[in-house]
Amino acid sequence: MPDGILPDELLPDGLQPDGLLLRPVGEDALLVEADSTERVGALYAELLAQRAELPEMAEIVPAARTVLLDGVADRTALARLLAGWTVPARPSATGPLVEVPTVYDGPDLAEVARLWGVSAAEAVRIHTEPEYRVAFCGFAPGFGYLTGLPARYDVPRRATPRSSVPPGSVALAGPYTGVYPRSSPGGWQLIGRTALRLWDTGRDPAALLAPGVRVRFVAVRGMSA
Amino acid sequence: MNDLLVVRPGPLTTVQDLGRHGVAHLGVPRAGALDRPALLAANRLVGNEPGAAALETTLGGVALRAAEPVVIAVTGAAAPVRVAGRPAAWGAAVAVPAGGLVEVGAATHGVRSYLAVAGGIAVPEQFGSRSADLLSGLGPAPLATGDVLPVGPAARSHPAVDVVPLPAPPTELVLRLRPGPRADWFTAEALAALPRQRYLVASASNRIALRTEGPPLPRARTGELPSEGMVLGAVQVPPDGRPVVFLADHPTTGGYPVVGVVPAADLAAAAQARPGTPVRFVLLRG
Repeated sequence: MPDGILPDELLPDGLQPDGLLLRPVGEDALLVEADSTERVGALYAELLAQRAELPEMAEIVPAARTVLLDGVADRTALARLLAGWTVPARPSATGPLVEVPTVYDGPDLAEVARLWGVSAAEAVRIHTEPEYRVAFCGFAPGFGYLTGLPARYDVPRRATPRSSVPPGSVALAGPYTGVYPRSSPGGWQLIGRTALRLWDTGRDPAALLAPGVRVRFVAVRGMSA
Repeated sequence: MNDLLVVRPGPLTTVQDLGRHGVAHLGVPRAGALDRPALLAANRLVGNEPGAAALETTLGGVALRAAEPVVIAVTGAAAPVRVAGRPAAWGAAVAVPAGGLVEVGAATHGVRSYLAVAGGIAVPEQFGSRSADLLSGLGPAPLATGDVLPVGPAARSHPAVDVVPLPAPPTELVLRLRPGPRADWFTAEALAALPRQRYLVASASNRIALRTEGPPLPRARTGELPSEGMVLGAVQVPPDGRPVVFLADHPTTGGYPVVGVVPAADLAAAAQARPGTPVRFVLLRG
């Protein structure tokens, strides 16, 4: 656990949230730091469930190790409440489930298989095995950072990013899987593609892969994606 | 319905209101006017709701032709205003006749002028806002010659009889900085010395961030910070060590440490500071 900043006006002495560290941000935000992405998921679910009972806030933004609470009406009151929370080590698997039909023919599939020391077919089996969870969004609207692969399958980003990655590309970087919602530059390893529209501002929900959503990748044969 | 024809879009003119709220967790930036008080003043002058959409220009102004009579006001960066070929007031409500040309000239100082029309720019909303977001591409694209902008119905109430004072040319941009949440990634000496360092507004500044040129801020620790949520005014320090102040189109998450946060009240001045303007940081108690 890194050093925390717990100013006296935020938290009375001795009051320490369970596994959580609170850091004030600017005038009206609070960064809640947890010891793992899994605990962040549990904290985020709890914040959404309890939101009506908590001081008003404009944004609840989960990330890799933190949840940012921005535009908080009464930060001191919120910090005191959170100090009394016990958050489980991982979220309960109750979020909605999205299946992502994927053609595994990405230009980096062979490289990923080599990094994993397996055949391309085995790499596809490994990637379709777990149930993933959207840990957080960022980079672009509707771009979810999905966790679920065991840590031994972490892969580096490409040494040279591509100037343009097609929309629907299923890609890996570090511990995450992501699906590019639209064409953009990108340095992730492309292993496949889906025809699913990840992001559609004319639809509710606009983002299929919002934080907390459970995801399964299903291998399908080639299509005119 | 009234509309405005874009005759000259200027270098970068966008539709802006107060931005998007409650969707940062989907990766959607807030967007909205960079100089918020100037947008509010322009809307007040023409009798609009505070959140009505207006035009934000960048240095070079804009020219539009109104189909029907309309009331406009220009605030923000000081700039010459002409209506139907005649000089018109900056910072006050001005009546435009049917077919009248509205010209906002190049800013004489400051960067971003706001042109509000009674009734507001009525482009469709996305996530509760009409703002153009230049990071993610949400909202209307920057204005182009020949675009037609719909204007909403004007409020029945009379516009405020009011003028907005012309801002003085800024000689220095002073930004207060509340340290944290990652001030501990920098040496205590570096942080203490920050107010004495000379920075300049960099020409790479845009709606996403005000970038600076100056001495790099030395880090106390190396390594990577896992991505975390970013707030408006966050001062991120990328590997080159030059502080970057996040403005309205900032990304919702980022992986460089945030040394401190500039209060929103100081960001209007940041939005109007031209490249080359000296920047001074003043530390607030963390």
